[in-house]
Amino acid sequence: MTDDPQAPKQEGRYEEGRAHHPLPEDSMPVGGVNAPVPVAPDATPAVDPRLIVRQEGIAGYLGEFRRRVSSGELGSLPVVLALIVIWAVFGSLNSSFLSAQNLSNLSQQIVGTGMIAIGVVFVLLLGEIDLSVGSVSGLCAAIFAVLDVTHGVNQWVALICAILSGTMIGLLHGFFFARVGVPAFVVTLAGNLGWNGLMLQVLGSSGTVNLSGKDIVSRLYSTIYGQQFAAYGLATAAVLLFLGAALLDTRRRRAAGVPYRPVTDIALRTAVLAIVAYLAAYTLNQYKGLPLALLVFLIFIVVLDFVLRRTSYGRQVFALGGNIEGARRAGINVPWIRMSVFMICSTMAAIGGLFLAAQIQSASQTSGGGNLLMNAIAAAVIGGTSLFGGRGSTWSALLGALVIGSILSGMNIQGLSNAFQFMITGAVLLAAVVIDSLARRTQKAAGRA
Amino acid sequence: MATATPAHPVLALRGVSKRFGAVQALTDIELEVHTGEVVALVGDNGAGKSTLVKTIAGVNQPDAGVIEWEGHEVSIHRPQDAQHLGVATVYQDLALCDNLDVVGNLFLGRELKRFGVLDEVEMEKRSRTLLDTLSIRIPSVRIPIASLSGGQRQVVAIARSLIGSPKVVILDEPTAALGVEQTAQVLDLVERLRGQGLGVILISHNMADVMAVADRVAVLRLGRNNGVFERRSTTQEEIISAITGATDNAVTRRQARGTEGTQ
Ligand SMILES: Nc1ncnc2c1ncn2[C@@H]1O[C@H](COP(=O)(O)OP(=O)(O)OP(=O)(O)O)[C@@H](O)[C@H]1O
Ligand SMILES: [Mg+2]
Repeated sequence: MTDDPQAPKQEGRYEEGRAHHPLPEDSMPVGGVNAPVPVAPDATPAVDPRLIVRQEGIAGYLGEFRRRVSSGELGSLPVVLALIVIWAVFGSLNSSFLSAQNLSNLSQQIVGTGMIAIGVVFVLLLGEIDLSVGSVSGLCAAIFAVLDVTHGVNQWVALICAILSGTMIGLLHGFFFARVGVPAFVVTLAGNLGWNGLMLQVLGSSGTVNLSGKDIVSRLYSTIYGQQFAAYGLATAAVLLFLGAALLDTRRRRAAGVPYRPVTDIALRTAVLAIVAYLAAYTLNQYKGLPLALLVFLIFIVVLDFVLRRTSYGRQVFALGGNIEGARRAGINVPWIRMSVFMICSTMAAIGGLFLAAQIQSASQTSGGGNLLMNAIAAAVIGGTSLFGGRGSTWSALLGALVIGSILSGMNIQGLSNAFQFMITGAVLLAAVVIDSLARRTQKAAGRA
Repeated sequence: MATATPAHPVLALRGVSKRFGAVQALTDIELEVHTGEVVALVGDNGAGKSTLVKTIAGVNQPDAGVIEWEGHEVSIHRPQDAQHLGVATVYQDLALCDNLDVVGNLFLGRELKRFGVLDEVEMEKRSRTLLDTLSIRIPSVRIPIASLSGGQRQVVAIARSLIGSPKVVILDEPTAALGVEQTAQVLDLVERLRGQGLGVILISHNMADVMAVADRVAVLRLGRNNGVFERRSTTQEEIISAITGATDNAVTRRQARGTEGTQ
């Protein structure tokens, strides 16, 4: 380390940094700090010599990686590892698990649970929980089926009614939680029972409403774009979009004189993304092509991820997950953010419920029941969203749903009973929560939480 | 600095009272802050200084009394109301979000946007400039607040109060966790704010700091006003005796307590 050629240079910068910053009279222009502040072009920010600066290139990556793992910033690393292990195990047990057909089907089957899990991610970011997503998904599917099939309402109207019902349910939950002050746990537990009852009421005496198979929801689920172009085009678009955004960001940062990602870094990331994207596209094209359901799921993930990370609304959601009182004092409308998050959660539950109904081509009394609720929450947590609030991403819905879906699919292929499926999914969820808790403890010790 | 004071103080409290359960935290508090003036608020632990600050900042609502802003009575129900008036506050407990990075905290609630999307680059640039003027070394403005030292967090909280264009800045023990150099910078900053015509309320237990920058010193004792002193015409001992509620100073108090103990 001592023969690092960078060391003396840093020492020099440190000395520069030591120099007392004079406070020119114009450093705080009238009109507040938001007025443009003149910056000297050669103004090198003081660099703390104790700061561990990441080296460039692969070595830098490995070092950074090791540091992150040891300080508990695991992110989606455990879930990616888990996915690799699960696929390796089931793939070795039965070669049909890793077949294009099975993986393509898997990519469709995870969408329902995954959509619900996206909503759960939002609620978990606040450090709260929504126990009603299962029932809400069932209710909204029933609303769509009854309107569309039984009453012959225009299918688009039925679809919008079903989704808006979810939004209104979320508003109701949010109102009791944010305005009345009932713990979210209790409100949504009551909702879990109540909305399930309403669903039974809506379905009526027959108890099951079969979808026609030609309605918009069924088509959303079952459409597959067979052209080779579709999947590869999507992969190409994703890679180009990522690369373009990264390069643009770097250029702006460079121009503004703030730290930017080196080009090697961007190239490496783009390469990893390209490998994953084209591999997925290739696999899908080996079977039937790109499922519309998967496309819709990915669009929801990307758009909501953008909302969370790049808009002030998302910033406020994270702030609430970190320090509610701090967020309130910063002028954030805490009740509104809470209510809107519950609205997003229930809306996503409704959308997920529609995909699940399309999957079984009906809305029935068992819709939204079983272990759907557990699976949706487990997916969000397994995917790396913290139960403690303030940490997470919509991508964890995809990763978590993939893990759970893979376990179910692998066990079905092996012909194992529900008993084993439940036990293994439970164990994976426990493992995810343990990792989350341990990571949080390590983060605290390493000063990252 | 001591220019002709405008007719109305920018901020005035008239008979403000606040009660927490069995504790009457504030009783009939009067306080005036003029533009271009630094008012130090001093008092023992539990005297009610932070409670008063939170009342002005809209965190707590007073039970009685009025708050006047530039001569007009205003109602401050929420922190947003105070922010819109132009009150910026550094709380004693800082009120930062541990999971957000430095930039995220600095601009929380006032994010800069470009085409409706957060303008991270501009926010980061301003953050660095702002933190540089406070002479603080922070490893990176992109690390979560959780990984900063207590003093670094305090500087971030102070820097946050300067974002936007406040007319009154309230600093609740801003230098409690700061080193010599950073304390000097904060005191410099207070003088610069005064020079720009802002009103500053500075809370501190450090008499040297208070005497260095304050124009007037308001003393709170057990939730009541216990005198407002012109700094120029007052000695430190007089202020300390007002704080402790005795005409004597800390040394004689100790002696008095000693004799009580032997009795
Ligand atoms: N949220 C609250 N609930 C109940 N009592 C409170 C609350 N906040 C403050 N108090 C009480 O009000 C009184 C004044 O507290 P305050 O925090 O204003 O003191 P302070 O002057 O800021 O003291 P310090 O110098 O230690 O910061 C104390 O007796 C305290 O117990
Ligand atoms: Mg206090």
